[in-house]
Amino acid sequence: MNLTLNVWRQKDRNAAGRMETYKASHISPDMSFLEMLDVVNEDLIKTGKEPIAFDHDCREGICGMCSLMINGMAHGPERATATCQLHMRKFRDGDEITIEPFRARAFPVLRDLVTDRGALDRIVQAGGFVGVNTGGAPDGNEIPIPRERQETAMDAAACIGCGACVAACKNASAMLYVSAKVGHLVNLPQGQPERQQRVRAMVAQHDHEGFGHCTNQYECQAACPKEISVGFIAQLNREYLHSSFGFAEREDSSTGVG
Amino acid sequence: MSNLAPTKREVPVNSLASRTGLAAWFRPYVTSTVGSKMLVAVTGLMLTGFVLAHMIGNLKIFAGRTALNDYAAFLKSLGPLLWVARIGLLVVFALHIYLALKLKKRSLEARPINYAYQNTMIASVSSRTMLWTGLAILAFTIFHLAHFTFGWVGPVEANGKMVGNHEPNDAEMPTRHDVYGMVIHGFRQPVVSILYIVAQMLLLMHLGHGIPSTFQSLGLNTPRTQRMIRAVGWLLALVIVAGNIGIVVGVWFDFVKP
Ligand code: FES
Repeated sequence: MNLTLNVWRQKDRNAAGRMETYKASHISPDMSFLEMLDVVNEDLIKTGKEPIAFDHDCREGICGMCSLMINGMAHGPERATATCQLHMRKFRDGDEITIEPFRARAFPVLRDLVTDRGALDRIVQAGGFVGVNTGGAPDGNEIPIPRERQETAMDAAACIGCGACVAACKNASAMLYVSAKVGHLVNLPQGQPERQQRVRAMVAQHDHEGFGHCTNQYECQAACPKEISVGFIAQLNREYLHSSFGFAEREDSSTGVG
Repeated sequence: MSNLAPTKREVPVNSLASRTGLAAWFRPYVTSTVGSKMLVAVTGLMLTGFVLAHMIGNLKIFAGRTALNDYAAFLKSLGPLLWVARIGLLVVFALHIYLALKLKKRSLEARPINYAYQNTMIASVSSRTMLWTGLAILAFTIFHLAHFTFGWVGPVEANGKMVGNHEPNDAEMPTRHDVYGMVIHGFRQPVVSILYIVAQMLLLMHLGHGIPSTFQSLGLNTPRTQRMIRAVGWLLALVIVAGNIGIVVGVWFDFVKP
């Protein structure tokens, strides 16, 4: 396959970037999208040019490190697939492909297609944790959890934190991400003690990082490589309302999380 | 169990500090992305309720001149209550617009550099044009008030002589305003009636996304009910708009006798 690539090049965080055009030749349809970029980079290095910087790690769709906006779609045209698992057979010979970084104020570009997605980690730090007792390891299956709850929590926990939801959202909102993290913990008994503080703290951090608001267009769900459902955003909203009522209203030092 | 005093935890800025009163408890609903969205949803539902009631009330036009004019006179006779309703409606309308614009500003800032290649996976046209349909409805509402409520768009012919759009001119009861005649006269003007129909189409688009969206924002949506809520939302929007357009068309084809 021979392709034309329009790629965002940017020297560093403060430099102004621009789109540049490259030819990708002798690309096998069996290559992954990232392998295709590897080939392009080999050529660039051979001709003494700076290779295109892009994020990746596991290359098996589980770490959430790869990104890329491919023709305006986060992780490219294939549903439920991270860029590292996207294959060139999804494109046609002679295609022109535009590759841009995930765009959000909260995701500053570090270089070319590499962005700093630390804002997502800071949201988790704000409330995406549970308290555990120290001491001996508890017995397995000690706490009964209904199967449906467990499955729901697992669906939310499938989030790999890649930020595609933010990139795809018309408002650069991270609501699907926040809702996956809240949904993961709130559906389990272990997540109950911090339940009310968690949702407030995580939404506050989300807003503080400069993400946009949710307008229920569900682009996030369509872009998510793990197909996290927007049902979790509804649950997040429910949790937010819930956090205004009940015992946490009496918050003082004795109900705080240690 | 240990009798160590629990560790004091710093209360996050946006957390549940109920000790500082109702204002602090409510603040996140005005300031956070999730809370503001809920207020947009609640005010939106109130406005939907109003347009629905407005449409049903106006259908009295099909029952004849006396029925509609009686209804109008009844509303007028509410006196102070009418003003309470009017001011309440104005506050709700203003809050809806203010919060929506504030959130829109936020989301524009959340993505300072937009994509060179813009793409949409599933977001509906109506969801992507909420700002524009909303502003157009605001402009139409102002015109509608000037036209029928304040009677600035006139004069009209009644009982063989020209009178202001809003003067007492009911042929049967000369002391009261002939709303029936005013509506007929208004919709007999092609430009005005087409303007009303266009505005109703925009209202259909706005409510088509808006009504189902409120359920998501208020956390009442679940993956199981999502499709039903969407269908019911569009149906309700369609009923409101069809009723309103029915009045215009009824005047055109003499279902509403002059
Ligand atoms: S590189 Fe790990 S998910 Fe794509």
